[in-house]
Amino acid sequence: MTTDETETTTETDTERAYTNSELMVVAAARELESDDSVLVGIGKPNLACNVAKRTHAPELRMVYESGTIGSNPKTPLLSIGDPGLAAGALSIEPMRNGFNYYLQAGRLDVGFLGGAQIDRHGNINSTVIGDYDDPVVRLPGSGGACEIACHVDRTMIITPHTERRFPEEVDFITSPGYVGGREGRAELGLDGGPEAVITDLGVYRFNDDGELYVDSLHPSATRDDIQSKTGWEIEFADDLQQTPEPTDEELRLIREVLDPEELYTDQAE
Amino acid sequence: MSKVTSMHDAVATAVDDGDSLYLAGFTHLIPFAAGHEIIRQGRTDLELIRATPDLIYDQLIAAGCARKVTFSWAGNPGVGSLPAFRRAAEDGYPTEIELEEYTHFGMIAALEAGASNLPFMPLRGFIGSDLPEHNDNIARVESPFDDDYVYAVAPIEPDVAVIRAQRADEDGNAHLWGIQGEVKLAALAADTVILSVEEQCSEETIRSDPNRTVITADEVDHVVVEPYGSHPSYAQGYYGRDNEAYLSWAETAADRETVEEWLDEWVYGVDDRREYVEQLGTERILDLEPETAYATPVNMGEYR
Repeated sequence: MTTDETETTTETDTERAYTNSELMVVAAARELESDDSVLVGIGKPNLACNVAKRTHAPELRMVYESGTIGSNPKTPLLSIGDPGLAAGALSIEPMRNGFNYYLQAGRLDVGFLGGAQIDRHGNINSTVIGDYDDPVVRLPGSGGACEIACHVDRTMIITPHTERRFPEEVDFITSPGYVGGREGRAELGLDGGPEAVITDLGVYRFNDDGELYVDSLHPSATRDDIQSKTGWEIEFADDLQQTPEPTDEELRLIREVLDPEELYTDQAE
Repeated sequence: MSKVTSMHDAVATAVDDGDSLYLAGFTHLIPFAAGHEIIRQGRTDLELIRATPDLIYDQLIAAGCARKVTFSWAGNPGVGSLPAFRRAAEDGYPTEIELEEYTHFGMIAALEAGASNLPFMPLRGFIGSDLPEHNDNIARVESPFDDDYVYAVAPIEPDVAVIRAQRADEDGNAHLWGIQGEVKLAALAADTVILSVEEQCSEETIRSDPNRTVITADEVDHVVVEPYGSHPSYAQGYYGRDNEAYLSWAETAADRETVEEWLDEWVYGVDDRREYVEQLGTERILDLEPETAYATPVNMGEYR
């Protein structure tokens, strides 16, 4: 093969089919609005925020659990306390101040969470599988998650929809969703709550009772894919949509700028 | 008066078997060298307290130093779980460990209660969570003024805190920049404080920029000057996180034998941090070095 032939047959990077990981990032990005202050997590949430900031939400303010405010990371993050979050930030608060004055006081609009189990009411378990005192699997625990779930207006949950991840009730409530329904959550004195669950199969939301339902299916997924991996009879929206596909610009940002090494958006996911 | 000493002597003096210990630093400036020295000196029955146990407590647990872990997120940041922590929590190997578990906010509030000499600290945390049922140091309290409620946490007051910063003078006045985490609270809450820094500076340097001071000498008992003392975590402006070490720990620690081989090579097999750094090699260290980016100096003014 000559050099010329190689050049003419090389696809530009956005012509490659998108992965479900990339679709999850883009679906999450579209949930964000320009005047949101977001408590960002590493991985897909960070990518989603950066996609949003570079497309429809340029004023998005990114705040991290490690206390950095207005971070503007130039490279993919290795951890929630990456030095790239501190360099070039608007401010760095001690951990106490971030949780106390920003999260607890209601200054953050959106938070991103994941978890080993998510149940019918959006409660999240990231503590143990099995009994607390004799666990089958000891998971990392809450970290900042519980209070994020308590205090932001809209919690976004990003997770693959694998077997056993969506039981009717979680083994342990680490972070509250609509505990006892929307009324139950309000009785605890909590505002806000889970807004969307974004998986590799679809985007799910919560109905008036605070129960999870499927709002849109990804193009590659079926109703049965979701139902067969869900621990109760999950509802589907009457006007069930197909999740809009990523645009070329969104794919270009992810592949060329934000995650060129496919740390969080590889084909396997 | 100079408090500068070696990490060996600081640990030998400050840390006893059975102590409660807080190695501070949220992802940034984690006192790895101190942790390794504690392992080398064979301390046992420690209560290891840290919001994010990270690799350093996984290593202390694997070495059999721990009887209890007090924490809020026990994972390998950006990578996954902590294998030695899980073996101890799930199977009691190599020691049974008791767990005292918080959320980050709860943990930090408990440190603040300790640092402030208060019997408890209120917070709007743990609401709707199952965590308070499993920790007697978390309790719901009603507001004395209206029908609102909060949760309270009891103070955390470690016997010893080890904190790191970029630079300090010989007395222990320290400058820290970048992510501050819980460093100051941990130092103020603890009885004894070991301060370890990347480099020693003059008191004049500290006084030139007092807004950057994280802790003053009054609170510090021992000063250890130890470059790369936070590797494989990072020190803002000095070196980045050695991600290869975080990634490979998942494999190393997955197996009881490989974790012991690792401890032999990187902890028992070296005398101190200097030898550890020599073993890492120049290339690996240079690869972690960031480009230089100075903050714009401020004018404090000279008032006569």
